[in-house]
Amino acid sequence: MRITCPLCGERDRREFTYQGDALALHRPAPDAGDAAWDDYLHNRENPAGDTRDLWYHDPCGAWIAVNRNTITHAVTHTALASKVTS
Amino acid sequence: MAKLIAKTPCGDTLPKTIGNVTLSEVLIDHMWSVAPYKRREKAVATALGATLPKPNRFTTKGDMRLIWAGQGVTLVIADRLPDMTDLAAVSDQSDAWAVVAVEGEDAAEVLARLVPIDLRRATFKTGHTARTMLGHMTATITRTGANRLEVMVMRSMAGTLVHDLTRAATLFAGRG
Repeated sequence: MRITCPLCGERDRREFTYQGDALALHRPAPDAGDAAWDDYLHNRENPAGDTRDLWYHDPCGAWIAVNRNTITHAVTHTALASKVTS
Repeated sequence: MAKLIAKTPCGDTLPKTIGNVTLSEVLIDHMWSVAPYKRREKAVATALGATLPKPNRFTTKGDMRLIWAGQGVTLVIADRLPDMTDLAAVSDQSDAWAVVAVEGEDAAEVLARLVPIDLRRATFKTGHTARTMLGHMTATITRTGANRLEVMVMRSMAGTLVHDLTRAATLFAGRG
């Protein structure tokens, strides 16, 4: 599996650390209410197919939002998490 | 008062020549990590009197070398650093790194045994730098000449770096 770091280019998977669903980029407002926060903290999809998650590129320190497919293992798109607009 | 003896990161383990590859230590007197604050990149460049390197590149200006060292971070190797108050987060890295030059016709071939990126001259040219891995260590690798690559790791990893490079060069030289 190879992931393209938007800064460094295509790199081997061993250079990356997995964090979790890219949902973390869409934190609810502080006053969004218990239901929204409960959903944000605890509930995750477990898709067979397209998913989007956060990876850390250890050597360069960039957080990356990675679109990939859990069935084919294809990595379709990557972007710097700092550039992703919520 | 005890007199302390200054030791370089690699100590007496280098230099050595294996096959047609020479490993030698590069000594750095002063180096800083400079991470410009938001929207301060231009002001930092002005203060340094040089443009900041783009990702995966290093630049030289007089005696000063600027190496891209990760997202928003530049390593500045120079005699002195201008005042960066309100411009950038700065930390002194002068004694923090071990730097080894791998020189020779097969320098890239030796490193190919340890590094998961393509370091051949055609793709990794003079002036290029990369944040990547060397074995299990995070490293900065720069090409400073046609047959010369410099490998930087944290100083505590100096022994492992010399060991890994020695082993790779020996195995490469030992091929029939």
